[in-house]
Amino acid sequence: MSGHSTYEPKSAVGKWFESRLPIMGLIHSSFVVFPNPRNLNYFWTFGGILAFMLVAQIITGVVLAMHYTAHADMAFNSVELIMRDVNYGWMLRYLHANGASMFFIAVYVHIFRGLYYGSYKAPREVLWILGVIIFLLMMATAFMGYVLPWGQMSFWGATVITNLFSAIPGVGEVIVSYLWGGYSVSNPTLNRFFSLHYLLPFMIAGVVVLHIWALHVPGSNNPSGIEKKTDKDVLPFHPYFTVKDAFALCCFLMVYVWFAFYIPNFLGHADNYIEANAAVTPSHIVPEWYFLPFYAILRAIPDKLLGVLAMFGSIAIMVVVPWLDTSKVRSGSYRPVFQIFFWLFAINAVILGWLGSKPPEGMYVVASRICTVYYFAYYILVLPLLGLFETPKSLPASIADSVLGKGGSGSAMASGAASSPSTKG
Amino acid sequence: MKSIKTLIAVVALAGLASGAAFAQSHEREIPPRVTWSFSGPFGTYDETQLQRGFKVFHEVCSNCHSLNKIAFRTLAEHGGPGFSKEQVTALAATFKVKDGPNDAGEMFERPARPADFWPAPFPNKQAAAAANGGAAPPDFSVIAKARTYERGFPWFVFDIFTQYQEQGVDYIASLLPGYEEAPAGVTVPDGKYYNKYFPGNIIAMPPPLQDGAVTYLKGADGKPQAPETVQQYAKDVSAFLMWAAEPHMEQRKEIAFRVLVFLLVFAGLLYFTKKKIWANVEGHA
Ligand code: HEC
Ligand code: HEM
Repeated sequence: MSGHSTYEPKSAVGKWFESRLPIMGLIHSSFVVFPNPRNLNYFWTFGGILAFMLVAQIITGVVLAMHYTAHADMAFNSVELIMRDVNYGWMLRYLHANGASMFFIAVYVHIFRGLYYGSYKAPREVLWILGVIIFLLMMATAFMGYVLPWGQMSFWGATVITNLFSAIPGVGEVIVSYLWGGYSVSNPTLNRFFSLHYLLPFMIAGVVVLHIWALHVPGSNNPSGIEKKTDKDVLPFHPYFTVKDAFALCCFLMVYVWFAFYIPNFLGHADNYIEANAAVTPSHIVPEWYFLPFYAILRAIPDKLLGVLAMFGSIAIMVVVPWLDTSKVRSGSYRPVFQIFFWLFAINAVILGWLGSKPPEGMYVVASRICTVYYFAYYILVLPLLGLFETPKSLPASIADSVLGKGGSGSAMASGAASSPSTKG
Repeated sequence: MKSIKTLIAVVALAGLASGAAFAQSHEREIPPRVTWSFSGPFGTYDETQLQRGFKVFHEVCSNCHSLNKIAFRTLAEHGGPGFSKEQVTALAATFKVKDGPNDAGEMFERPARPADFWPAPFPNKQAAAAANGGAAPPDFSVIAKARTYERGFPWFVFDIFTQYQEQGVDYIASLLPGYEEAPAGVTVPDGKYYNKYFPGNIIAMPPPLQDGAVTYLKGADGKPQAPETVQQYAKDVSAFLMWAAEPHMEQRKEIAFRVLVFLLVFAGLLYFTKKKIWANVEGHA
């Protein structure tokens, strides 16, 4: 990873080791002296928060796995034993279950940050695509994790989602039977999901390394969207951004603790405290909240195959965003028209989420369709056309200028110019 | 800029309003809220209430409902009904459990010990269903968390801040006294009953409680600790079920408070450290 390699081990052991494996130098150049744009705002602290959440999920998860039994007849009971008889087992389980939600809150902020400030644009396309891959892996991990407690929603959620693959012409049925390991969601399904649920987080960790590697080639984007040019534009990672990230993480943890310790079941479903039963279908089968917008897109379309395609397409389309957006200006801060469409997109996503939790009938379906159309139109129409027609505000000359107010945003400049004659004259 | 933000706010409000306008059809009555000692950030269980609730469970509900995941010893654990070890041992000894095989290879019955789990009233689900008109009484271990009712927008958002999460117990406390004559036009099949809080209203459980059916311990004044009424029984047994579903709730909320205070102080320190470090950078606060 780039950055100045100025690391000088002080001790003899340090020198001996560094000449054989220069890992301390790598860490030093990546997380100590690494030059970050000085104007990063708090939206840039979510990367660190995500890294923390991944580690938190792995630690709580590995300890849970020491007590959990992946068997259709015992899984539900073993989770209850964790809750009751394992020392602090309730804490592990509630931290893990709510940790998944916090992980998704953080990743959604992180993704919308990227969409707003144009962080996906050249030269960060690969970085962005690696992010989309992490997001997909997270979704797969969380989906399979939710199956493990083997409650009613675990079972029926797994049934509905795995069944989607049967819509694929030709090979669909085969894929589904491999997912199930049988002819329905049953013990083999639970076993393979547990295996994969243990595996995927470590694959995420691997892709995160690539993600950070790709990040440290051009360095972070920033709210102005202008690349760093001189030393005046940057500050070393430590202490400036370590302390800022630590403060943000601490605030985030308060939210996490509020949920995990005070309202641990708020984000879950009461039905998942009923043991899985293939003979009783719950009245509403609803996925976890973080899947709801995609679930709404799935159900907005009457045809099963097209619905599945739309749902996966809604994530896949993020891969090509760097090439759909034609704007020369990177940051949304300098694109007044873009801002309108962006915030509509964000609100649209929230409404889609709410619609995903409603039964697919009447007005809900109509609303889901309208929202689905806007979701795709944002990517396919707005981003390409807006870049061609929109007149952006004028950009500051450098990151330092954007902070120190020389130049500044277009509106600031305009008002400054308008007021200057009267103040000067 | 201003106008953009106004526009967005208007669209957002319109979106939410139209969302709320999709009137939700309630096919059942919303249970009224009960004031519980265990709600809120500092909530704790009321030991005497749990003991009364346990008595109701033991004398009435346990004839039909199992409580599979609760061992007798849990009744003496901290943060629960607060029975003594001796009381629990004596209580366990009144039950017989199957054990074995012994050295002769035979199964045998012995009195239960505190480490044993609460014995189920029926040998299996089929037997339970057969004895109850085809509907097996559900297990009670987590039932207070396994039932809820829909809060709807915007209440569910407020619930995050008010920490209202007693939907399950509120429902049970209303269900038990919620039996009524079926309204005209609704036919209740034989062996079923009409309950205004049960989803679908037709329930297989006969009204389990009657005034005076359970005798509560007497206080110093010679009167029962609490009124021996259906309403009171329902509340007490619901509180007991909440404890059964969340036996570590008190500890959880205690830890939550400590962790939050720690994080708050730590965040404050980090905030000022951050300010200090950034103070020498031109253009930053
Ligand atoms: C005569 C047997 C019997 C007794 C005694 C009994 N129940 Fe039930 N209970 C049932 C049956 C049967 C059902 C299943 C009802 C159904 O599904 O229609 C049930 C269901 C329930 C439910 C679940 C309702 C739902 O939403 O699914 C609760 C809660 C409940 N009982 C509480 C109690 C409490 C508390 C007591 C003691 C005060 C009690 N029961 C005593 C037979 C009984
Ligand atoms: C990307 C990181 C991870 C995410 C997003 C995640 C998500 C989840 C979710 C949503 C559940 C269901 C929780 C519930 O409702 O009870 C779960 C359960 C579980 N997870 Fe994870 N998990 C992650 C990493 C891990 C790891 C690394 C392990 C360990 C090997 C693990 C082990 C378990 C176990 C044993 C359960 C079942 C116990 C339970 O349901 O609480 N998880 N996970």
